[in-house]
Amino acid sequence: MAMSQISDAPRPIREPAPENAVVARNVSKHYGPVEALRDLTLEFPRGQLTSLLGPSGCGKTTLLKIIAGLLEPTSGEILVNGEQVTGPGPDRAFVFQDFALLPWANVMRNVAFGLELRGVARSEREAIAERYIRDVGLAGFEDSYPHQLSGGMRQRVGLARALSVDAQVLLMDEPFSAVDEQTRRKFQEDLLALVENENKTFIFVTHSIEEAVYVSDQIAILLPRPSRVSEIIRPSGIRGKGADNIRRDPEYLDIVDRIWASLRSYVE
Amino acid sequence: MRLFGYPLPGMSSLILWGLLWEIVGRLDLTFFLPPLTEVVSTLFAVIGTPAFLKALTETAYAFFAGVFFAVAIGIPTGILMGKSRLLDELLLPWVNMFLSAPLTALVPVLMVLFGFGMKAIIITTTLFAIWIIILNSRAGVLQINRSLVEMARSYGATPLDAFFKIYFWAALPEILGGVRIGVIRAVKGVIIGQLLISIVGFGALFELYANNFLMAHFWAVLVVLFALAFTISEFLAYLERRVSYYAAKR
Ligand SMILES: Nc1ncnc2c1ncn2[C@@H]1O[C@H](COP(=O)(O)OP(=O)(O)O)[C@@H](O)[C@H]1O
Ligand SMILES: [Mg+2]
Repeated sequence: MAMSQISDAPRPIREPAPENAVVARNVSKHYGPVEALRDLTLEFPRGQLTSLLGPSGCGKTTLLKIIAGLLEPTSGEILVNGEQVTGPGPDRAFVFQDFALLPWANVMRNVAFGLELRGVARSEREAIAERYIRDVGLAGFEDSYPHQLSGGMRQRVGLARALSVDAQVLLMDEPFSAVDEQTRRKFQEDLLALVENENKTFIFVTHSIEEAVYVSDQIAILLPRPSRVSEIIRPSGIRGKGADNIRRDPEYLDIVDRIWASLRSYVE
Repeated sequence: MRLFGYPLPGMSSLILWGLLWEIVGRLDLTFFLPPLTEVVSTLFAVIGTPAFLKALTETAYAFFAGVFFAVAIGIPTGILMGKSRLLDELLLPWVNMFLSAPLTALVPVLMVLFGFGMKAIIITTTLFAIWIIILNSRAGVLQINRSLVEMARSYGATPLDAFFKIYFWAALPEILGGVRIGVIRAVKGVIIGQLLISIVGFGALFELYANNFLMAHFWAVLVVLFALAFTISEFLAYLERRVSYYAAKR
């Protein structure tokens, strides 16, 4: 995986890549009179999964879209690999809450769509897409259309599309919120494997405390509007204990409790 | 429809109406309505004549040219209106006005502007068809799922990519609905244009038949026109059904 990002062309000598793949610096965002984000600063370490956790409407999607370059911040800046974001770029890929699949295109074309937009030749992009379709467990469904798939399968298509463009940063907006509980657990396990195996930085939005603690290297807790980071938690002790054991781990339960304690005051 | 519990094939009620026509025709109530059988036999006699074929080609030419312009201008205009607030505010009042305007009244003006020929007929046809196509394409774009557009942008789509790979396809069910109604209106437009200008196509033919009281000929040509319009509309309805599988799930 990491090899494919190294091109054959001689590369100019550069400073070592910064430790943080993404940095949000003093980001504010107003929607007219609504102040969604206020002076938010947050760092996203390379190769790790950072969750944005907070109640609905606190600005998680807004922050993610600003990082994606889909929205402009009212003030402040986003740095990806040290460079300021001015719009969408090939270094970031987005996984949408509502999947955002083309309903008129089959799974193959949907997965290859990111590559299609980047001008990759058809045979090449379909070969790549095929591999990721297999990786997410949808082999045999290449010719199915989104309306023939379950919610969980649709999100696998969205995930395969994001993976196949081989971006360094994966932005996931509540990707599992529209799938059923069993599928959701399977997804969370797969996500852990993905973070381990792919050398990518994940930014993961969720409003589920358990989910955040289960999958994250770092959890940023956002408070309700105008949103800023109230706390950063690194559940480092429970990483590497194996997907099956995490949910029984005392530290896991402790962290869930602690987060709930700090969020409960904001829930009537 | 069912008769004594047996399902009847579609449109079998037409047989009933055909019978009624035949009977009324045979009663000789008016010279205006000859029996259906006479109309049908005239139809077969007329259909191969040079006059008819000439009228048919001229009409088809005007019709297809008119529909072509209506589609080629109408769809992009509608999509752009759906995408751009400014364009929408500029154009929407005009589109709505022309959609409901009695366009027939405009035909004489068009004749003055573009002469008594094919050009005026083609423009009449386009004017009849284009407004509903614009309006439907616009409606199709307005209901697009925003996250499809964001998805395309986030994967680096250029505005042109977004237009051809997202907006067009997402709006296609509405666009086809608009084209179907537009085409039906174009049939009206091409015939009305020809009747008013009446020196080309079926307009000339109608003029000829009516002036010579050839009512069977008149009806025969009318039946052909109705059948053609119906066939085209059914074909477009078929295309519409082919994309309807995703119409509800965009
Ligand atoms: N396009 C918009 N126009 C106006 N207000 C918006 C818009 N998008 C989001 N908001 C507001 O900004 C706040 C944050 O929204 P969002 O980022 O979607 O929250 P979250 O993803 O955490 O649920 C909400 O109060 C929402 O109502
Ligand atoms: Mg959200």
